[in-house]
Amino acid sequence: MKQKIVVAGNGMVGYKFCEKLIAKNELAKYELVVFGEEPRPAYDRVHLSAYFEGKTAEDLTMAPLEWYTKNNIQLILSDPVSQIDPVRKTVTSMKGVVVSYDKLIMATGSAAFVPPIPGSEKDGVFVYRTIEDLDLILEYSKKAKKGAVIGGGLLGLEAAKAVADLGLETHVIEFAPRLMPRQLDEAGAVVLKDKIEELGITVHLSKSTASIDGEHAIRSLTFTDGIELDIDMLVISAGIKPRDEVAVKAGLEVGKRGGIVVNDYMQTSHPDIYAIGECALYKEMIYGLVAPGYEMAEVAVAHIVGTERIFAPYDMSTKLKLLGVDVASYGDCYGTTPQSKTIVFEDKVKGIYKRMNISEDGKTLYGGILVGEAENYNMLLQTFKNGIVLPPNPEDLMLGSRGGSESSGHGLSMLPDDALICSCEGVSKGDICGAVRDKDINDLAGMKACNKAGTGCGGCVPMVKDLINDTMKSMGKVIKTVLCEHFSYSRQELYDLVRIQEIKTFDQALDQLGKGCGCEVCKPAIASILASTWNEMILKHAPLQDTNDKFLANIQKGGTYSVVPRIPGGEITPDKLIVIGSVAKKYNLYTKITGGQRIDMFGAHVHELPDIWEELIDAGFESGHAYGKALRTVKSCVGSTWCRFGLHDSVGFAIRIEERYRGLRAPHKLKSAVSGCVRECAEAQSKDFGIIATEKGWNLFVCGNGGSKPQHALLFASDIDEKTCIQYIDRFLMFYMKTAEPLSRTATWLNKMEGGINYLKEVIIQDSLGICDQLEKEMQFMVDTYACEWAEVVRNPELRKRFKHFINSDEADPTVAFKTEREQKFPVDWK
Amino acid sequence: MEEKKLTDEIGQLQKISWIKVCTTDSIPENEGGCVKIKDKQIAIFNFTKTGEWFATDNQCPHKMQMILSRGMLGDQAGEPKVACPYHKKTFSLHTGECLSGEEYSIQTYPVKVEKNEVFIGMTV
Repeated sequence: MKQKIVVAGNGMVGYKFCEKLIAKNELAKYELVVFGEEPRPAYDRVHLSAYFEGKTAEDLTMAPLEWYTKNNIQLILSDPVSQIDPVRKTVTSMKGVVVSYDKLIMATGSAAFVPPIPGSEKDGVFVYRTIEDLDLILEYSKKAKKGAVIGGGLLGLEAAKAVADLGLETHVIEFAPRLMPRQLDEAGAVVLKDKIEELGITVHLSKSTASIDGEHAIRSLTFTDGIELDIDMLVISAGIKPRDEVAVKAGLEVGKRGGIVVNDYMQTSHPDIYAIGECALYKEMIYGLVAPGYEMAEVAVAHIVGTERIFAPYDMSTKLKLLGVDVASYGDCYGTTPQSKTIVFEDKVKGIYKRMNISEDGKTLYGGILVGEAENYNMLLQTFKNGIVLPPNPEDLMLGSRGGSESSGHGLSMLPDDALICSCEGVSKGDICGAVRDKDINDLAGMKACNKAGTGCGGCVPMVKDLINDTMKSMGKVIKTVLCEHFSYSRQELYDLVRIQEIKTFDQALDQLGKGCGCEVCKPAIASILASTWNEMILKHAPLQDTNDKFLANIQKGGTYSVVPRIPGGEITPDKLIVIGSVAKKYNLYTKITGGQRIDMFGAHVHELPDIWEELIDAGFESGHAYGKALRTVKSCVGSTWCRFGLHDSVGFAIRIEERYRGLRAPHKLKSAVSGCVRECAEAQSKDFGIIATEKGWNLFVCGNGGSKPQHALLFASDIDEKTCIQYIDRFLMFYMKTAEPLSRTATWLNKMEGGINYLKEVIIQDSLGICDQLEKEMQFMVDTYACEWAEVVRNPELRKRFKHFINSDEADPTVAFKTEREQKFPVDWK
Repeated sequence: MEEKKLTDEIGQLQKISWIKVCTTDSIPENEGGCVKIKDKQIAIFNFTKTGEWFATDNQCPHKMQMILSRGMLGDQAGEPKVACPYHKKTFSLHTGECLSGEEYSIQTYPVKVEKNEVFIGMTV
């Protein structure tokens, strides 16, 4: 006879209960019936705001309906449990379905807490809890201009992001004198507030709302201090209240301020009824995070199948990205532990605040706060949780290595095996290292499949990767940076081998140096090496190229491409501007000025590309290589020809440099800039190589980049003349192209280089390796053999044939669709 | 996996009609091409490296884009695959299974080449 388990609630935790029960492989013993109030199966509520960024309800779903069917779970949606009879052991649903149970799991979650403010029933007032709420907000926001969120805590700021994403003027109203009063101290909250206000969101603190005003729909708020705020939409996100009303009716014990009381095994006052997640009250505490909810599910499952596991007061440490700002808080974040001391770091310029509370002897970490930058959160959390002795300078742990070359020697190896690495899925360091040792797992994808580590919030992924690598190293497995499964060489080795063995094609490389058929990693890497060595027409190796290099244009959403002609140094004649305008108009292309001082035309069908380029080339344009891992732009300021501060002709120099290195294929894209004086209007110090005019000549900077990890370029040579400058750049670029890993920018390449910038200066300036002659010759060959690939395609009917969507029809892709916004066309958004 | 293979085989035992879609020279070596069959878009791959031909849906299930025929071919431990140009999700050309760990998969179709003509098998 199967035991019947009824789960009341199909949220994240209710779903997790089912998943964990199934994982016990004892499903034969149990029959599962799940009631859900919402019309759709459980979805990821933590990432709800992603719904406004284009994620669909399906993307957020925890498991599709088929999953429930496959596992013989009877899922009843849009019909919550409304009554429990603990004596007869039955539940009755709202629609009158009666089901008996042996065990009942209350996973009813929580509802938004709406403070008793007069007027909260008016149109335009919402809560932020379910996808239905979001749909209502989305619809209403179309006619709204100013939105406010009541609640400056974690949920409130999530909601504020959503309101801001909808394009409304956004206000956040918090009752307490600071934001996130439960996670942050005063100073941390101020930094967060400044950061949020930089985004154009207004924060009102110490404000209590007296009434919500307006006839039918909301028009304004009145605060208790009499001040009014005109708004036409309001989201209340001031906290949660446990959904315990059904439990109360059934006579289960609940807390004074709500929540179903549970013991260490998640049993309620009735032993056959369990409560888990946000509806459960454990030791006077409601756990409003997903990780403890999952742990509760695990505990309840363990108790039902008869294994020992008890719930322990859960650490509420958390790291989030709120409105793009990293915020983390762990352990005793306020330093309330007796005799604790505090280290504080604050950088008002960058908007960073860090605090750690440590013991008097400086050996134990009690807790802390991170705002604006939380890279070291995982390590801090593990140090705190496992009581690891702090290093002599504990602040290193919080601030990272600051300029010095030696690290603090405080690493993952210090962690005990039971250190919880992935708290969403409850995976420990021992589980991860064990999987590497015993199950032959050697990458992140394998680990995810093996024990789900890193599949929840993803915050632990960097640590999981490091643990895999460290364990492999400790086993004596060589972690050689090989290209992929087809080539057991690094890119640098392959580069040399291609040159020495005069390899001209991918098949030749595969036959002589590799195995198998190749893949999306090695094909473009070899193509780049071939291009950097022999500089042949890129389409000769079309099957190796990513789609951008295959169609010599940048693929965009919807399957159309964008076109960027080269505009060296950003200098363009009115006649050429007119050509771009008329081509864009003729082919109905969306136009935008790029960050690199050129003009991008979007929305071209693949078959239109050769025609568009034919017109551009006839007008004297050439390819801008925006699609390639190649030199992009050399940005310039207007320079001494016009500017009253300019020292030299920065535009002229930028054009000469851009024309010298155009079309140069490299391990990654290359960007450059030339500024005419120290005011640096061209932002040369954020480029792979940047040049700034001085009184005596030029300063050359190298290895900077913007992007996700911005890094300033470093001064490489001072007051050099134009000829020397070009000579150094020739050598520098060629050395980079020879020795960098695939897809690593010059900054990353330098960061990994032993000896760093000083070593690079020795090689390039002092010629310590004796290769500079060779490097210069190789670069001169690249310069001499440059040809515009679009000019070649336009002239060659065979190559032109490649530019078609269907091979058996001349039609364009009929699924491509556009919409109009701000008087231009845009692709319809993808799923 | 096993189950899917089985249904594929059952499918093949059912009535398949072979539709002529193109000639062998219309798809470059080790690349793909897209053909239109009624309202359907099918990607055909000329896997010259092993001398095989494959056909799959042209739509990548990740972002529902009609794009796979422009993907890059390769293999993972001997399993022939195509990588979507957008986010590099890879799919087995044999089974359609996603090899980069996602739940979704793509439909594959039998292909035969007679003389220099390429046919795709579709159930009626």
